[in-house]
Amino acid sequence: MSEPKTPSKLEKILRAGHLAVTSECGPPRGSDAHHITKKAEMIRNHVDAINITDNQTSVTRLCSLASCIHLKLMGVEPTLQMVTRDRNRTALQSDILGAASFDIFNILCLSGDHQIFGDNPKGQNVFDLDSMQLIQTVRYMRDEGKFLGGDPIEKPPRIFVGAAANPFADPFEIRVPRLAKKIAAGVEFIQTQCIYNVEKFELWLKLARDRGLTEKVFILAGVTPFKSVGMAKYMKNRVPGMDVPDEVVKRLSGVPKDKQAEEGLTICVETIQRLKEAEGVKGFHIMAIEWEEKVPEIVERSGLYPRPKVD
Amino acid sequence: MIVAKKKPIEEIIESLKDYRRILILGCNECVTVCEAGGKKEVAVLASALRMYFMNQGKNVKIDEVTLERQCDHEYLEEVRKTVDQYDAVLSLACGVGVQFMAEKYMRTPVLPGVDTCFMGVTEERGVWTERCQGCGQCILAFTGGICPVSRCAKRLFNGPCGGSTKGKCEIDKELDCGWQLIINRLTELGRLEDYEKLMPMKDWSTERAGGPRKVVREDVRS
Repeated sequence: MSEPKTPSKLEKILRAGHLAVTSECGPPRGSDAHHITKKAEMIRNHVDAINITDNQTSVTRLCSLASCIHLKLMGVEPTLQMVTRDRNRTALQSDILGAASFDIFNILCLSGDHQIFGDNPKGQNVFDLDSMQLIQTVRYMRDEGKFLGGDPIEKPPRIFVGAAANPFADPFEIRVPRLAKKIAAGVEFIQTQCIYNVEKFELWLKLARDRGLTEKVFILAGVTPFKSVGMAKYMKNRVPGMDVPDEVVKRLSGVPKDKQAEEGLTICVETIQRLKEAEGVKGFHIMAIEWEEKVPEIVERSGLYPRPKVD
Repeated sequence: MIVAKKKPIEEIIESLKDYRRILILGCNECVTVCEAGGKKEVAVLASALRMYFMNQGKNVKIDEVTLERQCDHEYLEEVRKTVDQYDAVLSLACGVGVQFMAEKYMRTPVLPGVDTCFMGVTEERGVWTERCQGCGQCILAFTGGICPVSRCAKRLFNGPCGGSTKGKCEIDKELDCGWQLIINRLTELGRLEDYEKLMPMKDWSTERAGGPRKVVREDVRS
């Protein structure tokens, strides 16, 4: 799909036609950067870029941009997750420039979980822009070299622009139109919600393919290994927009407790192996929540190791 | 209408405890419809306060008046001759009425007796829900007549977010997802293709962000 528009390694790998592998790390609830660098150290050789979450579930943490800088300093490619919940358009543009000044070349544009889920439920939210408008903002700053206000940017940011897609949220009939809308806004790569209902994901992908959307955007399929049947049940019942089929819960509860984690990893690897063959999947986003040490094993067992080298 | 709810009686008592002559001032408009501050609520609250102060052995005079509106000069003028008889006025109007009363009678403490909540509708008796946040630039023509500013918890212009589940919002299983409502309505209207039009960034300067607002109509100005 044409020449890279940014120095992003992730973009180069995708445009060269390789299956990309990304992962994510959540920053700590404190100022010790060691938490983040330790996680990154575990997985750096097995992934192409690492997302840093932005106060996920609205819980206050070390900021995403600073965490990305820590990764950058250790030579790991970060993807800056940025939510519109906490920043107005001035702050968003300012942080984008800040990221660019540290040669952070990937961004994931999100709206963000509502603050009611976090540690400041009485706080204000911003939502000056939504995720689509943030995509437009980054593309405008990069491609037009201008601020939203119209003034020129001295040395515009060079950032590969991503967003999330949830094939499982309701209503299903607008899930593909919604992807089309993000593409129209200018998104270049997509990381999906965790996939457990593989059939439903494949249906979404087919509908996207039928509209030619998979040719216009790089879709990285999201996976998260279950550590236990308890986690599967929690995700199924408590996490908004998550689709965990009964068969998956049944499969995990069918093995002894001390073997459930192993079974969870196997399910994850099987999902990746199946989706490697799916037309329109261009890579994988492995979200091993507080279980980063298992990412290398997942990548290796899925046949995605070693990672390709690009200039 | 503007929807308000009664303040807890304990909070009202706390705010009135130092006064001996109190006027409870109702409003015959929105707060009457939402049963928070009309003539009936004024009477009920006055009785409760009289009983409370009597039990406390305090001699407190409590009078009741309900005006046609508290957001117009002409009706607020009706209490000009009597307002000095009171140490304080407890207004059961919305925050608009409380403030207009306070602006007019500078030396009389005017206290709020209700919490003003939103602009909304009566879904059924006893249930009121929000419909408008007065953003100053109506976009309902583009969203099937359903407002993403007031009905989406994130005020997304290109929703729904990934938290929409079975038509409900991620923040509350009882709350309809505003974007699901928009999609349902666009579907009914045969205009679902409108969903794919990107909504531009909102000009929030006509909303709260632009500071206190004013509408001037020179043609009707006296």
